[in-house]
Amino acid sequence: MAKTVTDVTCPFCGSLCDDIEVQVSDDGTKVLEVFNACAIGAAKFLHTAAKDRVTRPRMRQEDGSYKEVSYDEAIEYTAHMFVNSKKPLMYGWSNTNCEAQSVGHEIAEATGGIVDNTATVCHGPSLIAIQDVGIPSCTLGEIKNRADVVLFWGCNPAHAHPRHLSKYSIFPRGFFTGKGHKGRKMIVVDPRNTDTMKLADVPLQLEQGRDYELLSAFRVAIRGEELPEKVAGIPREKIYEAVEVMKNGRFGVIFFGMGVTQSLGKNHNIDNAIMVTKDMNEYTKFAIIAMRGHYNVTGSGQVMGWQWGFPFATDLSRGFARYNPGETTSNDLLRRREVDAIMVFASDPGSHFPISSVREIAKIPSVAVVPDINPTTEISKLHVPVAVNAIETGGCCYRMDNVPIDARKVVEPPEGMLTDLEFLTRVRDRIAELKAQAPAGVRASAEAVGA
Amino acid sequence: MAESISLNLISGRTIQQGVAMEGGKSKQPYTEACGIIEMDPEDLKRLGIYRNTHVRVTSDYGSVVVKAVEATQGPHPGLAFIPMGVWANAVVNPNTYGVGMPTFKGTPIQVSPAANEPVLSSIELVQMLVKE
Repeated sequence: MAKTVTDVTCPFCGSLCDDIEVQVSDDGTKVLEVFNACAIGAAKFLHTAAKDRVTRPRMRQEDGSYKEVSYDEAIEYTAHMFVNSKKPLMYGWSNTNCEAQSVGHEIAEATGGIVDNTATVCHGPSLIAIQDVGIPSCTLGEIKNRADVVLFWGCNPAHAHPRHLSKYSIFPRGFFTGKGHKGRKMIVVDPRNTDTMKLADVPLQLEQGRDYELLSAFRVAIRGEELPEKVAGIPREKIYEAVEVMKNGRFGVIFFGMGVTQSLGKNHNIDNAIMVTKDMNEYTKFAIIAMRGHYNVTGSGQVMGWQWGFPFATDLSRGFARYNPGETTSNDLLRRREVDAIMVFASDPGSHFPISSVREIAKIPSVAVVPDINPTTEISKLHVPVAVNAIETGGCCYRMDNVPIDARKVVEPPEGMLTDLEFLTRVRDRIAELKAQAPAGVRASAEAVGA
Repeated sequence: MAESISLNLISGRTIQQGVAMEGGKSKQPYTEACGIIEMDPEDLKRLGIYRNTHVRVTSDYGSVVVKAVEATQGPHPGLAFIPMGVWANAVVNPNTYGVGMPTFKGTPIQVSPAANEPVLSSIELVQMLVKE
C-alpha cells in the first residue's frame, strides 16, 4: 500500500503550486505517482526516481571523461577553488531554498565573490525597472478573489506557468469573482498567436520588439488622446478597445514576462508597463506582477535584498556589496573574462546563456552543483549531484508575488547523497579552515587588495 | 525557392521543452523538443522545404543545425522561434547593452536547407561549441 503526501509544493515555476499530492513507496524513497501537478511539475517529481541518476560527484579527467569521486574530494576541490580565486562568480540559486542561498552568501563574503541569480537572464531588467519607478503590486490570492481584467504582456503561461490560469488568474472562482472566467476579461499582447492568446477576449499580436511603442500608445489612449492609425502593427481601434476594457474593470492586473525583458528596450519596457499601471490607477484599481520563472528565484532576490540590499548581481570582491547591472552581471563578467572561477548552483547556464558566455565557463575552474546531468555539468571540471530541493529536502521558497511558502520534503534522497545545503555548509567550513591555516602575511596582503 | 531566407528569431519556453528538460537534458526527447525551429508555413514555402527538414540557422553570433517545423502558435510570418536551450543560444545576440540581459529575442538570422546535416544533442552541441 503506497502512501500519499498532501499539500506538497511544486518546485518548477514561480507559481509555486502548493496543492500537489504525491504517492510515494512505503519506505518513503520513491515517487510513484503525482496528482494535481502540470505536465512539467509531474515530470520533475517523477524524474527523481530515474534509475540512471548520478548519485556521486564526478571530476573531469584530461581525456574529457568523468571519474567518480567522493563528496570529501569534491568539497576539498571546491574550497580550494574559492580560496585560490581572486574573483569567483557564484551563479544560479533559483532552484534551491533560501537556507542554502544564505550559506552561499557567507562563502561569497569570505572569499570576495560575486553572487548572481538567474534573474540575470530572466527578470533582471524588471528588478532594475522596479528600482527606477517602484511597483504597484498585489498577491496572487488578491487576483483570484478580485481581478476582473487580466492582461498578459509578453508571457505565455499556457506553456511556461501551466496552472497559473486555472489556479490564480483566469478560471478560478474567488470571493468577488464568483463567475470564474466568465466574469473576467483577458487581454494578451504577444508577437505570436500563442496558446494563451487563443483564449483572449482582446488578442493583440504586435510586431516583435515594439513593446515600448505599444505601451506608450496605451498611455496615450488611457488619456483619451489621438493615436496614429497603427502602432506596432496594431490598428488604433484595437488599442482603444483594450484600454476601454481595462478602464471598465474593478480590479485589473498586468502580468509580464520574457517578451518585454528580453526584447530591446528591456528595463525601459517594464518602466513603461509600470507607468501604464500607475496611469490606470487614476480610473480603477490596477496592479502589476512579474511572471517569475523558477520556483525560488524570487527567494534569491529576497535573501540578497535583506542581506546586502540588492536583488541580483552583487559584487563582494571589494569587501563590501556593490551592484551595477551591465558590469556585475554574469554574462558581462564572463564575456569580459573578469572572473577566474565559477560555481554554478542549482541552475544551468550551459543551456541558457549565450554560447560566448558558456565558452568562458569551460575555460576557468568550475563546479556545477545540480541534481542531474546537463550541458553545464558536461563542460565543468566538477559535477556535484545533490538532492532535489522541495522534493528530497524542504526549505523556504518565495512565490512570484513574494509570498514565502515552506516547501515539503516528500521522499528521501538516494542513499549517501548530500543536500545542497549540507554541501555548501561543509565547503564554507573548509574555506574557514584553509583561511585560518594561511600564513598571516599572505592573509594581510590578501585583505589589503580586498580578496 | 530561395537558397536562404532572412527571419527574426525569438526564443522562449514551450511546455514540451519544460517536460523534456525535467525528464533529463541528456536524453533524446530534449533534443526533439528544443533542436527545432518553428517557422510560418509561408516562410517554409519561401525557402522551398518540406516540414521536418533540417535547416542551418546562421546569425552574426554563430550557427546551428535544427529541424524546421511548422509553427504551432502562429501565424507569424517573418518570425522564427527556437525553444530556449543550447540550440537557440548558439545563435542569439549575446549583447546586454549595459543591463546584464542578453538580447534573447529579436536576433536577425539566415535560414538555409541542410537536409543531410545532423541535429546534435544538447551535450554534443555544447561540447563542440565551447571548443570553437
